[in-house]
Amino acid sequence: MKHLTEPAYIRWTLIIVALLFLGLFLILPLVAVFTEAFRQGAGVFVASITDEETLSAVKLTLLVAAISVPVNVTFGIAAAWAIAKFSFRGKNVLLTLIDLPFAVSPVIAGLIFVLLFGSQGVAAPLLAAWDFKIIFAVPGIVLATTFVTFPFVARELIPVMEAQGRDEEEAAVSLGASGWKTFLRVTLPNVKWGLLYGVILCNARAMGEFGAVSVVSGHIRGMTNTLPLHVEILYNEYQFAAAFAVATLLAALALVTLILKSLIEWKTERQAKLDEEQHYDVTGERAG
Amino acid sequence: MSIEVVNITKSYKSFTALKNVNLHIPEGELVALLGPSGSGKTTLLRLIAGLEQPQEGSILFHGEDNTNRDVRERQVGFVFQHYALFRHMNIFDNIAFGLSVRSRKTRPSKEEISEKVHSLLKLVQLEGLAHRYPSQLSGGQRQRVALARALAVEPKFLLLDEPFGALDTKVRQELRRWLRHLHGKLGLTILFVTHDQEEAMELADQVVVMNEGRVEQVGSPEEIYHHPANPFVYSFLGRVNLFHGRIQNGKIKLGEAEFETDWKDKAVEAPAVGYMRPHDVEISLRPSEGKSARSVQAVINHISLLGPIVRLDLKRLDTDEVFEAEMSRQRFLELNVEEQSIVNVTLHNVSIYVESQPLQTHPPALVPLQASV
Amino acid sequence: MRKSLSTRGFLPGFGMTMGYTIIYLSLLVLIPLSVLFLKASTMSWEQFIGTIMDTRVLASIRVSIMTSFFAACLNAVFGVLVAWVLVRYQFAGKRIIDGIVDLPFALPTAVGGIALTSIYAENGWIGQYLAEWGIKVAYTPIGIWVALTFIGLPFVVRTVQPVLQDWDLQMEEAAATLGATRWNTFWRVVLPHLLPAIITGFALAFARALGEYGSVVFISGNMPLKTEIVPLLIMTKLEQFDYAGATAIATVMLVISFVMLLIINYLQWKINKFDAAR
Repeated sequence: MKHLTEPAYIRWTLIIVALLFLGLFLILPLVAVFTEAFRQGAGVFVASITDEETLSAVKLTLLVAAISVPVNVTFGIAAAWAIAKFSFRGKNVLLTLIDLPFAVSPVIAGLIFVLLFGSQGVAAPLLAAWDFKIIFAVPGIVLATTFVTFPFVARELIPVMEAQGRDEEEAAVSLGASGWKTFLRVTLPNVKWGLLYGVILCNARAMGEFGAVSVVSGHIRGMTNTLPLHVEILYNEYQFAAAFAVATLLAALALVTLILKSLIEWKTERQAKLDEEQHYDVTGERAG
Repeated sequence: MSIEVVNITKSYKSFTALKNVNLHIPEGELVALLGPSGSGKTTLLRLIAGLEQPQEGSILFHGEDNTNRDVRERQVGFVFQHYALFRHMNIFDNIAFGLSVRSRKTRPSKEEISEKVHSLLKLVQLEGLAHRYPSQLSGGQRQRVALARALAVEPKFLLLDEPFGALDTKVRQELRRWLRHLHGKLGLTILFVTHDQEEAMELADQVVVMNEGRVEQVGSPEEIYHHPANPFVYSFLGRVNLFHGRIQNGKIKLGEAEFETDWKDKAVEAPAVGYMRPHDVEISLRPSEGKSARSVQAVINHISLLGPIVRLDLKRLDTDEVFEAEMSRQRFLELNVEEQSIVNVTLHNVSIYVESQPLQTHPPALVPLQASV
Repeated sequence: MRKSLSTRGFLPGFGMTMGYTIIYLSLLVLIPLSVLFLKASTMSWEQFIGTIMDTRVLASIRVSIMTSFFAACLNAVFGVLVAWVLVRYQFAGKRIIDGIVDLPFALPTAVGGIALTSIYAENGWIGQYLAEWGIKVAYTPIGIWVALTFIGLPFVVRTVQPVLQDWDLQMEEAAATLGATRWNTFWRVVLPHLLPAIITGFALAFARALGEYGSVVFISGNMPLKTEIVPLLIMTKLEQFDYAGATAIATVMLVISFVMLLIINYLQWKINKFDAAR
């Protein structure tokens, strides 16, 4: 419709300007990562990726994600159940508190754990007595990562669960299902895509977190080095090709994340469209 | 300003919204576009406004071709079904919008705009609400703001899309009366879309009945109610009884009832359908004299007492067809009948439509016949 | 008790999930965060002010706020443009472009940081041409601005996009029937409606930029007084074991972040109110 759009030349100018902006700020850096990685040839690339320190960084990154993601998924589900399926006072306060880690700088997220568990920290005497290290060790990295990825799953699940309402759960319970059965058989199938969406975002951040982990890790090679930290070390040692080679692993992770994310969005969109059409069939009403 | 719609066809991807529509709307009339949802009435309204482009045909305002003119230059006042008021502007700014977006040369001064807006607020009886926001108004008030906003640009005519659709019954009644009054006062051509036949009959000088992208009939409310052009119009306007039968020897037989017609071709034998309004069913306890040809016997299945009128659900004994009869409460008390009573029924004002021989006449496939009474 | 039960519904598991939520939230987030304030409160007022009023600290706060503000501004303008193009126009590859907008959320910040540095360094793809014009990007505040624009890019797009998608086109049709040009319609009808979403996106991008570390640290050059941002200064203090100094600066940062969070929540509430009033 003519009156609802602009002349073609304005339309194409706007599209081109938008694409140039995105190209400059998003696509160019992505291309740069892969180009720089192969600057010194495939040999250096393969050597950097199969390097022992790189492999141990990969292992640590996977380990950290394997702990912090499930922990946050459990929390996200519990929080979403309590918030979306019940009404209580102070719900908005609780929602704001859950959002807190998003508002905290990653460096500060690391700092608070140093203040708690560091050598001069609040809990230092206790840790010394048990001979247990958190800061400059793996537990600190896990803690900091869990902190920064804390809201992801809850944030995705709460709106989805709220939109579902609680009629179906109440029906299930009134038919004699236990709470756990109701959750597994009624709630979970309804929110599975929202949950997966949250898990993917949570995982991407967990594997890619830099600032918070950088504060608590101590950068001990082969010990407390995650992939992003390893990239930093290589870069600061002027091993640029190696740094970018390791960075391609993380960039690939980002691309996979984006693809999965788009797939889920596409799937839920289609589902919503189907639901809408069904709705029309029932009411039979459309504007004449 | 008169509106002429010539041979308009409009189709979307998979379906045709309007097929060869022709329509003439004389200056100064209040006209209703009436039809079920999906009949194309809103599409027609949007085409006249210039919000849609037709594939074929043309639209003339006062004889001047406007088909390819942009909506901004057509100077029509359009009131949307859900009003489409600008939410972030107060009532004053909403009404002033059309004037204040004009180019500097043609824009009235601030004082003139303010004066105009206040006179419009007075016209729509919303003085004192100029600084409210749309969200602070009731549905009826929003409707009137939308009207005032459309009137502010001094349009050639007003187009209203389901103007009372979203309002409750009482407000609707009030606004109908008010719109009639406004029409009388301004003398503007007004075209409105509705699916409510009562609304169309009550308000309009002319009613355009539409169905499946076609205009079925144009006429005064009186004409379309009492002389419907075809079965669709008949059944769309109010309650209707339907009887099936045949035409034989120039006479129409609906079960045992028989009707004389002016049907010339006596050799033709074809199925026929009779339509009649429930209030044209006459009920008596004994067969009435001299009308026996149009009388049949029926049993009362159910009696509904609806305040001033009484509705009977009946079943014909000869054909088992069910139908309705309506009468005044007084007449019902006089008759003194109850459910399962068997009564004598005389059918008045039956409109009979005969399915014509395909070779003899082309569409419409059903031709109206005046039953002789 | 009975009353609260009836309004809450009869689904099981409220006590357990709520308890778990509160305990987990407290242990992981609330207690560690409060330690920061606890630590800050052990400092004397003079000590605290002395740390904050240091030239280097003030300079870093200025650099952080200025670069974050300008990055959020650029994102506000281009975010609206990108959202508009994605919602209103059709072109090849639109789905892919729509997906790639979230890249800064998915790409680890360190990777983004080194990639941008390599592009804008004096021998980089873009840096070499800018150098001919005498413009230095990497290792200057402009570089910080570029990095912060990168990480804040999705926010405005993702807040404006849904509002634009739900937007009632009849509003624009109404403006057209009243004789408004496209430009007038956009400027006076569409944009005011998008404004709360734009401000929310702006605030989110700004808040994120203030705390950003990973993507900036490589491109900024980290020169005290010139290109040192607040998170980096906290890091430096930590490496020097100046925990008190780091805590004081972090407290100020955190207060600014919380104020931003409050503003964002208020704006969200306002948007919802707008929509409810429809």
